[in-house]
Amino acid sequence: MIDLIVFLVAAAICLVGAVGVVVARNPVHSALMLVMTLFGIAVHFVAQEAHFLAAVQVIVYAGAIVVMFLFVIMLLGVDVHTKLDLGGLKGQRVAAAAFGVVGLGVLVFLMTRVEDGITSQPAGTPIDPNTPDINQLAHSLFDQYVFAFELTSVLLIIAVIGAVILSRKPRPELEESQGGES
Amino acid sequence: MFAQLTQFESPPVDFFSLTPLFILVGGAVVIMLVTSLSPRPIPGWFSTAVSVAASAGAAVVAMVLWNDVRESGPYSTVSDAIGIDGFSLFFTVLVSLGVIATALVGDAYVRREHIAAPEFHALLLTAATGAIVMASANDLVVMFIGLESLSIGLYILAAMQFRRPHGREAAMKYFVLGAFSSAFLLYGIALVYGTTGSTSLIVIRERTSSLGAMVSPSELLIVGIALLLVGFAFKVAAAPFHFWAPDVYEGSGSPVSGFMASVAKAAAFAGLLRVVVVALGANEGDWAVPLAVLSAISIIVGAVMAITQNDVKRMLAFSSVGHAGYILVGVQAATAEGMSSALFYLFAYTFMVIGSFAVVSVIGWDNGHPIERYEGLAKRRPWLAGAFTVFLLAQAGVPMTAGFVAKFLVIKSAVAEEIYWLAILAMVASVITAFMYLRIVMAMWARDADVDDAPRLAVAPATAFVVAAAVAITLVYGIIPDSLIEFTRDAVPALVAGN
Amino acid sequence: MLVNQFLLLGAFLFCTGVYGVLARRNAVMVLMSIELMLNAVNINLLTFGYLHNAVSGQVFALFIIAVAAAEVAVGLAIILLIYRNRASINVDELDLMRG
Repeated sequence: MIDLIVFLVAAAICLVGAVGVVVARNPVHSALMLVMTLFGIAVHFVAQEAHFLAAVQVIVYAGAIVVMFLFVIMLLGVDVHTKLDLGGLKGQRVAAAAFGVVGLGVLVFLMTRVEDGITSQPAGTPIDPNTPDINQLAHSLFDQYVFAFELTSVLLIIAVIGAVILSRKPRPELEESQGGES
Repeated sequence: MFAQLTQFESPPVDFFSLTPLFILVGGAVVIMLVTSLSPRPIPGWFSTAVSVAASAGAAVVAMVLWNDVRESGPYSTVSDAIGIDGFSLFFTVLVSLGVIATALVGDAYVRREHIAAPEFHALLLTAATGAIVMASANDLVVMFIGLESLSIGLYILAAMQFRRPHGREAAMKYFVLGAFSSAFLLYGIALVYGTTGSTSLIVIRERTSSLGAMVSPSELLIVGIALLLVGFAFKVAAAPFHFWAPDVYEGSGSPVSGFMASVAKAAAFAGLLRVVVVALGANEGDWAVPLAVLSAISIIVGAVMAITQNDVKRMLAFSSVGHAGYILVGVQAATAEGMSSALFYLFAYTFMVIGSFAVVSVIGWDNGHPIERYEGLAKRRPWLAGAFTVFLLAQAGVPMTAGFVAKFLVIKSAVAEEIYWLAILAMVASVITAFMYLRIVMAMWARDADVDDAPRLAVAPATAFVVAAAVAITLVYGIIPDSLIEFTRDAVPALVAGN
Repeated sequence: MLVNQFLLLGAFLFCTGVYGVLARRNAVMVLMSIELMLNAVNINLLTFGYLHNAVSGQVFALFIIAVAAAEVAVGLAIILLIYRNRASINVDELDLMRG
């Protein structure tokens, strides 16, 4: 019973937040709605015994990623945005809504029919209710997924190079020396 | 707590099989470290040299591994995350060659556009790492991170030409649509994981082929496969998910467009083949027909839209959509022959398209690519015009070129599976597209232009080398394709567990 | 109804995100809608992991969070780049090119 109440409250937070993200006129409101959704999702993670992931969700997602969004929105200035996205987009909105509703219909039909019950042995590390989930995550991460873990570092190198090169101010004299002569 | 720590044993790693990846990432790190730590400016050719050397090293190691695999069979390493088989090594070689060609063409390009050379080459190498990982992944998580490494690298490469407004817009479009399609792919992956209970392609193949061991309903897997197809169709630029391709190819720098059309497309096809065709091979009934339809739409869109363009780069972009359709003809046949024909096509197309974009990069020195500019090119630059003619005729599928053999093989594989409508459509459409390619050829050879921009069309030696090599490969494999066909026959994904 | 409710929530979030990407023209908002889609995937992965009694779903979700962070960093850098040069980040105004 308590599970159901927690689910309903958290789900309501998620849904209100999600709708808020896509309909808010002001990007700052959108970002704050996104934080709300992410918190709701973190509650669901706790309900599914994924405590570490819930913490990551709050710290990394709500804490770092959304702050990055807010930072960029503030940097660009809110006024510019509120002037944007108006007029001439009615047809597009309707089409997008139709697409979303049809997709939702298919997925709802599908998801209500998923049967609860374990039909197979878990592949990889099974969940052991007596071990803290962070230990189990670590075992899985450094055994089955160790290659993916290492590959993530390559991905982060790429992102760092990209963020630096795209956001640094053009410096003509440096570019000449790098790209000009050989 | 500590008792558990001591229980942990890290999985065995066969470092030699991962050497191609180490070399590529190492090359990128060397470029970034040396150029940023050096007290005096490092000349631009240094990055190019490291980039070429690293990719050449990766290709050589892959060939050595290829011999091992032929002798002792395919295997997996690092907890079965990476499969070393003919398929992954074929793509390692293909991607490495693509990086060498792009790096050499890019050398002159970064100088002309004042793009930071070290970052350009480092991103090429890391994106190539992602591409190779996609072709070698035995696990959906690994596949996804490989895909993202490649995609994010490409978003940045497209955005690097930010002094041109078109470049910035292309990057934005590419990023939004790429991230959107990644989300679809991920949802598909989640549904496949939900049905089978594993992210390992090996386990997925076992469970889908035996049935029974999965979560019901079976529609869950079908919708999952459908979302996977949407995601991959975006990445290979197959119609109707191609709409980003013309803008992005037009807006990005020509060498980057060539890289997208060759290496990125090849990697996306590798992922498609590995996940859908091999791991989910038991569900052929669910994906073969949708793939055939995607293939047909791509071929038609590629042919019809290419004719109506007046910008050579957009023509090449639409023709690239069409080529994705032809490759899908081989993929949807879902036979060993079909797969090897698709690989042959990818190999042949890689060199045709990198060569084409190298020529386009030289002629579109100010990023203008109207077809008028190509008029009378044969008089001004006969060798360049000759090379471009070879690439265009090869893409049109004229005999004696690799393009003809590639088209012939994919259509043959469709006929062998008795999918005649697609085979006929492919043949008819190739006649229509031939008109578009001939239009450029005619402009180059039959018309005269009163402008004299020959002095501007300076061909850097590295670019000339790439163009000449691509012409040679296109012609050699057009006349004697047997060795390459044999190579592609051995390049089948194995999905075996253990060392 | 132990797992279905989570899966339904994921489906709803995903479709909301799809709507947001297609309907919103502000690049920052499009990016936030994509984040919604990725979170929907995370909910699904955790639920399926719970259903299968496997940790792999959680690990996958962890990777997706890392990838999302990298993607957002690059995406926002591109948005800043465009903004610096054009003072507009409305996707529809990016019409220098045809189509």
